[in-house]
Amino acid sequence: MMNESPATAASGAPVYREAGGARQIGEVILALENISLAFGGVQALSDVSFDVCAHEIRAIIGPNGAGKSSLLNVINGVYYPQQGTIHFKGEKRHRMDPHKVALQGVARTFQNIALFKGMSVLDNLMTGRNLMMKSGILEQALYWGATQREELAHRARVEEIIDFLEIQSIRKTPVGRLPYGLQKRVELGRALAAEPTLLLLDEPMAGMNVEEKQDMCRFVLDVNDEFGTTIVLIEHDMGVVMDISDRVVVLDYGKKIADGLPDEVRGNRAVIDAYLGVAH
Amino acid sequence: MPAMATPDTGLTFPRLLLKHAAERRDHPALREKDLGIWQTWSWGKSADEIRALSAGLAALGFKRGDALAIIGENRPRLYWSITAAQALGGIPVPLYQDAVAQELVFVFQNAEIACAIAEDQEQVDKLLEIQQQCPKLEHIIYDDARGLRRYRQPGLISFDELQRRGREFNDAHPRYFDEEIDKGRPGDIAALFYTSGTTGSPKGVVLTHDAMIASGRAYCEFENIGPDEELLAYLPMAWIGQNLFSYTQSMVAGFCVSCPESAETVMNDMREIGPTYYFAPPRVLEGLLTSVMIRMEDASYLKRKAFHYFMALARRVGTRILDGRPVSIVDRAWYALGNVAVYGPLRNALGMSRVHVAYTAGEAIGPDLFVFYRSIGINLKQLYGQTETTVYVCVQANGAVKSDTVGPPLPGCEIKVTGDGEVLVKTPGLFREYFKNPEATAEAVDAEGWFRTGDAGFFDADGHLKIIDRARDVGRLNDGTLFAPKYIENKLKFFPHIKEAVAFGDARDHAAVMINIDVDAVGDWADRRNLGYAGYADLAAKPEVYELIRECIEKVNLDLALDSRLASSQLKRFVILHKELDADDGELTRTRKVRRRVIADKYEKIVDALYGTEPQVQIDAQVKFEDGRSGMIRADLKFTEAKTFAPAEIAGMSRKAA
Repeated sequence: MMNESPATAASGAPVYREAGGARQIGEVILALENISLAFGGVQALSDVSFDVCAHEIRAIIGPNGAGKSSLLNVINGVYYPQQGTIHFKGEKRHRMDPHKVALQGVARTFQNIALFKGMSVLDNLMTGRNLMMKSGILEQALYWGATQREELAHRARVEEIIDFLEIQSIRKTPVGRLPYGLQKRVELGRALAAEPTLLLLDEPMAGMNVEEKQDMCRFVLDVNDEFGTTIVLIEHDMGVVMDISDRVVVLDYGKKIADGLPDEVRGNRAVIDAYLGVAH
Repeated sequence: MPAMATPDTGLTFPRLLLKHAAERRDHPALREKDLGIWQTWSWGKSADEIRALSAGLAALGFKRGDALAIIGENRPRLYWSITAAQALGGIPVPLYQDAVAQELVFVFQNAEIACAIAEDQEQVDKLLEIQQQCPKLEHIIYDDARGLRRYRQPGLISFDELQRRGREFNDAHPRYFDEEIDKGRPGDIAALFYTSGTTGSPKGVVLTHDAMIASGRAYCEFENIGPDEELLAYLPMAWIGQNLFSYTQSMVAGFCVSCPESAETVMNDMREIGPTYYFAPPRVLEGLLTSVMIRMEDASYLKRKAFHYFMALARRVGTRILDGRPVSIVDRAWYALGNVAVYGPLRNALGMSRVHVAYTAGEAIGPDLFVFYRSIGINLKQLYGQTETTVYVCVQANGAVKSDTVGPPLPGCEIKVTGDGEVLVKTPGLFREYFKNPEATAEAVDAEGWFRTGDAGFFDADGHLKIIDRARDVGRLNDGTLFAPKYIENKLKFFPHIKEAVAFGDARDHAAVMINIDVDAVGDWADRRNLGYAGYADLAAKPEVYELIRECIEKVNLDLALDSRLASSQLKRFVILHKELDADDGELTRTRKVRRRVIADKYEKIVDALYGTEPQVQIDAQVKFEDGRSGMIRADLKFTEAKTFAPAEIAGMSRKAA
């Protein structure tokens, strides 16, 4: 998995990214302090602290079972940690349901695709707008007046996302019939439909070929660039991580072992040991 | 060109634009799908956009004689860019959107391009990459801003910004645009088309307003094309064929051109727009037919039966009905029923319900493929021409269509065939020269104005030109009969199971062929028979697949035996190659044309074995992988005989069949 030459650009864009001058990386938007999470006797996360700034791309890496997905689930509100505090947009977060977290502007994709297989791409993306729809079932069934206007506005936004992700040709195709790489893209689209301020991507490039990875990299960068979305992603492909992320957190056995700029992390002894193994 | 000295000389493209903007201000000129909804620009609106764009270019310092590179998919803004450059007396240079950066260097240096209009980030990246090598390139204008927000390169501006500056410029110089158009002369350069060039650097073909408009007019008059046609522009803008239909003819006749949403949505867009006028190179028609055939195989028993029954009927009488020739009343009735049950729905699925004229060109089309479309009631015809002649050479008239000719010369065009079979052309659409390449120009055009096409052909009894192959590829068998490899290969490629074929026979006793199977079609065929396979090489080596291909080849042999000129070209022996011919390995051109000489060299051992007697030969071959590494693969190739037919045998068989 470890790519020894991360400098080889996995996507075409980054070459000019630096030339464009500094992006407006903002204040800390999400701060996790001393998070510990255990399932019975299994300590998934112990004493993990890190922060995410507005508009940055923050990668979480680590070997299998390091606790990456658990961390994402903590941010997402699926798990509530036994210890530690979370500040989101300056407010301390109390125990809450994932849908409340979603209302605060957090959207995610999943390691194993979680789309409605029998529904078309368009319909799947429309479900991403669900939280923003105001009209009730009866009004929607009648489809008249304000409901119609609302639907059209949502549809327009979804069409923009279709255009953005270049999936016009599969607009009406049932998701189950699409190849894996495209399903991943549709899932990203559904998360974008919720217009998140914080987007969590769980292994967006897993199982993809080189070309699909390049496309996905470009979309992640473009999302960050166009919409200013803050992105937290878990990824195994080191080339991709080093290329597109602003800062990297490294986990191993539920502990944070490194945190910093891609170049710093790459040279870190503890990280190399975690990945390559070390003789004890 | 004295042959077409018509009174309307004086027309240039910008003047045509102004004419349409005045005569049919609200008539649609261009369409594009945005956010899933078709957006339309009328001629009046288009003219306004072009005025602003043109002035924007002028504000950048673009002036008479400058070249403007245009690179991207078919987009209204890119079409406007062509006219905007022409309005200022500039030279638009449309470029292939899939060209890699280094392929563009020559063109930018050759035409000294300072200003380029690019569709999106992908194209902008390519232009930025070559800017070092092409220091003259100063201004890059982009249409789609996506992903470009943080680019800070000097000289990079958006299309909207350019038009904004243009509007300011127009406010300051309100007469500028019209005055510049007035200065334009029909003999001025209208566009530069770079030909791909199989040997050496590409050549820039210089076409004047006169030549292009003459060609556009010739077609519009010949086919009675008016402002109410609908056309979908889905082939590269840099290709003369697409330009002739979607720019030149639209400008001449004033009809509306629609741009597809993306390259993948073309089929769907075809169905939505319902074009009345259609153009497709043979490989597109072939792809459509293969997809239809594969889907039919999956259809229910009843549907499949109905399809095959009515297709057999269509093959028998369909083209005769289309040509208005006598057909018995019973067959007509059955054909009418077939039209309701099969042909109509099929035309609709292909998006061709409203097509009244469809053309194909680019390369020879397999006769069976051609007849398929005609037999279901699509008026598909062939035309013939090159970039150098603005495609103003030959076209078939309605009712006088043959599958193996390209028709008689268009009015105003003269053709002669030299002693060794090469076709020479004299036409009002003739190019002026190759840009900065007088040697190549002198080689292609003689003192009397005859252009050497490089194609071998002859006129048949009805005065139709019949192109058989590239002049340099045509050979002779040892018994002295003509051997045109492409003609045979096309016959083979009509079978959905055969993707590529390379025939040999020049200076040999008999003909033989190398086959590439179509891994989708044959794979599908194998799946149905529960025939397991691991990949292309494994599938290609199966005895069952050999049997399948042998049947195809014998059908072709039977067909060849019917024509006394070609009977001795029947294929005696064949081999299915262990790898697919690939442009990356240099075996095909980027447009998927077979590179005969490369293949003959590279597969010398296989060719020798084709003419040997061994049933099996071991071959080592070098392959290049997509990441640029190369490796060796070793394969045991099997060589198989196919049955050939004596002409007398055929006569007996057809009597029996009757």
